[in-house]
Amino acid sequence: MTQSTKIIRYVSRRVFQGVPIIIAIIVINFFLLNLAEGDAVDVLAGEAGSATPEYMAQLRAKFGLDQPLPVQLLVYLKNVLALDLGYSFRHDMPVSDLIFDRFFATGLLMTCTILLAVGFGVLLGLLAAMQLNTWKDAVITVFALITYATPLFWVGLMMIVVFSLKLGWLPTSGMENVAAFYEGWDRAKDIAVHLILPTITLSLFYLALYTRMMRASMLEQYGQDYVVTARAKGLTERRITFVHVLRNALLPVVTMAGVQVGALIGGSVIVESVFAWPGLGMLAFESLFARDLNLLLGIFMLSSILVIVVNLIVDIIYCFLDPRIEVS
Amino acid sequence: MSTFWQRYRRNKSAVFGLAVILIVIIMAVTANFLYPFDPFRLAGKPLSGPGMNGFLLGSDSLGRDVAAGIVHGAKTSLLIGLIATLVAVLIGIVFGAFSGYYGGRLDDFLMRVTEIFQTIPSFIFAILLVAIMKPSIVSIVIAIAVVSWPGVARLVRGEFLALKSREFVQACHTLGMSDLRIMLREILPNCMSPIIVIGSLMVATAILIESGLAFLGLGDPNIMSWGFQIGAGRTMLRSAWWVCTFPGVAILITVLAINLVGEGLNDALNPRLRERI
Repeated sequence: MTQSTKIIRYVSRRVFQGVPIIIAIIVINFFLLNLAEGDAVDVLAGEAGSATPEYMAQLRAKFGLDQPLPVQLLVYLKNVLALDLGYSFRHDMPVSDLIFDRFFATGLLMTCTILLAVGFGVLLGLLAAMQLNTWKDAVITVFALITYATPLFWVGLMMIVVFSLKLGWLPTSGMENVAAFYEGWDRAKDIAVHLILPTITLSLFYLALYTRMMRASMLEQYGQDYVVTARAKGLTERRITFVHVLRNALLPVVTMAGVQVGALIGGSVIVESVFAWPGLGMLAFESLFARDLNLLLGIFMLSSILVIVVNLIVDIIYCFLDPRIEVS
Repeated sequence: MSTFWQRYRRNKSAVFGLAVILIVIIMAVTANFLYPFDPFRLAGKPLSGPGMNGFLLGSDSLGRDVAAGIVHGAKTSLLIGLIATLVAVLIGIVFGAFSGYYGGRLDDFLMRVTEIFQTIPSFIFAILLVAIMKPSIVSIVIAIAVVSWPGVARLVRGEFLALKSREFVQACHTLGMSDLRIMLREILPNCMSPIIVIGSLMVATAILIESGLAFLGLGDPNIMSWGFQIGAGRTMLRSAWWVCTFPGVAILITVLAINLVGEGLNDALNPRLRERI
């Protein structure tokens, strides 16, 4: 069997493994929905002010809420697989449309965050490992320890105090200056300026994580036999570090970047609500206050699926990066 | 015990962390003595700066004492952090022990369940659980425990897998001990060290999750907490920076100290795990 067919088999097996997890998440979602007090009809009746019991029973029959639970579960599964995540009565829109509208903002924030956190994390970890036990290493380690322990929302608020309120350099909230009607490059620049604080806030925690991981990973690789061999054949330390050790040390950091996506989504709820960044996290925050459970569950489901997909992609990248990985 | 303390003492930052934790614990225990009044009580002039009008750390927009809130909030954070971690560790031990000890189909099934819970984005799941169960101490503890047990389950499973084929366990089998007794009395005590280490680090994470929930307005409405203080103060950020700043410093110091203690315990209890982050 050639390498490429092996990889295709591996990928399809991994896709197949993801399916039961997605179904399990949908089932969990369904039970959470049923655990909550009141159903969609109660919400509707509450919105309308009053409703007769007969009318409510009629509505329940219309939505299939009078059916036994297993039947409801099957209908729910079918709906979700058809990308129908239910209806948000607050926004008077299908949940999937609402989520789709907000997806770009969150995607932008998360992509910038991952790039910043992985990039600087690798750099700082590398620096700390190369300058082991010097003051630089100590400073980087202490920085990582402190950021690791700081609540994201607090960092965000402190950044607003310093950079927006005291110094007046950056905007406090939102994604763009809507009143200015910017277009083209001006608009992109405006969004970029608004993006700075949320991205730095969200990336700090992961920056700390990747720095610690990269440092540990580098140190582990330095102790391997192949480094001794490289030294014995007279390679310079610089060459050993950048050509041999760095590439191997990067592997666990790549995996970690995939695993952390779930946590990143959770962090974006907090950061987006601090900076009023109009993404999925902000939508989740709003739906909490509006008691819009359908919407909250939709966001939860989408983010779970996103985690599965990203992990799959990371696994695939991984088996290209490291030919030693068992694909069969 | 004395050798344990000697090994722990070698890590200076861990000793520092322990000292800080002790201060926070003393603060929490003596909260009713230091500030005998309800921290939600209007104590004086609203939006007084630190040191003004008899407020050590200022007051918020409703005239609540920030320092009183921090001292009473210490109780909440530590309590929720500890209890949620205990519950999570218990769930994790049950899952991991059965999985690792029996192996086979049961192991496949339990690990699949663990994997699902590990995949779900934990903070959003916690938000959802608290929102559905209505915010209260109990629902917050349940939510944090439900999202944090998978790590323990994996750790315990690994330990049980490694220990179950050792001679002392085989000796127990030949003595006719029941499986449950072997698991509880023989294997479990032998893997307590890594469980204690991971548990101590989980307390820190639990405190961070709790403060995040309270910040979003999902705290118990009758109990003062650091996250709630920051959430309540954020609209007044421009005129009263101190309302958000000091509770945040309290979270930072506490979580940092717990992490340092966790690392110290790691060094002292299992030197072979030292490279683990």
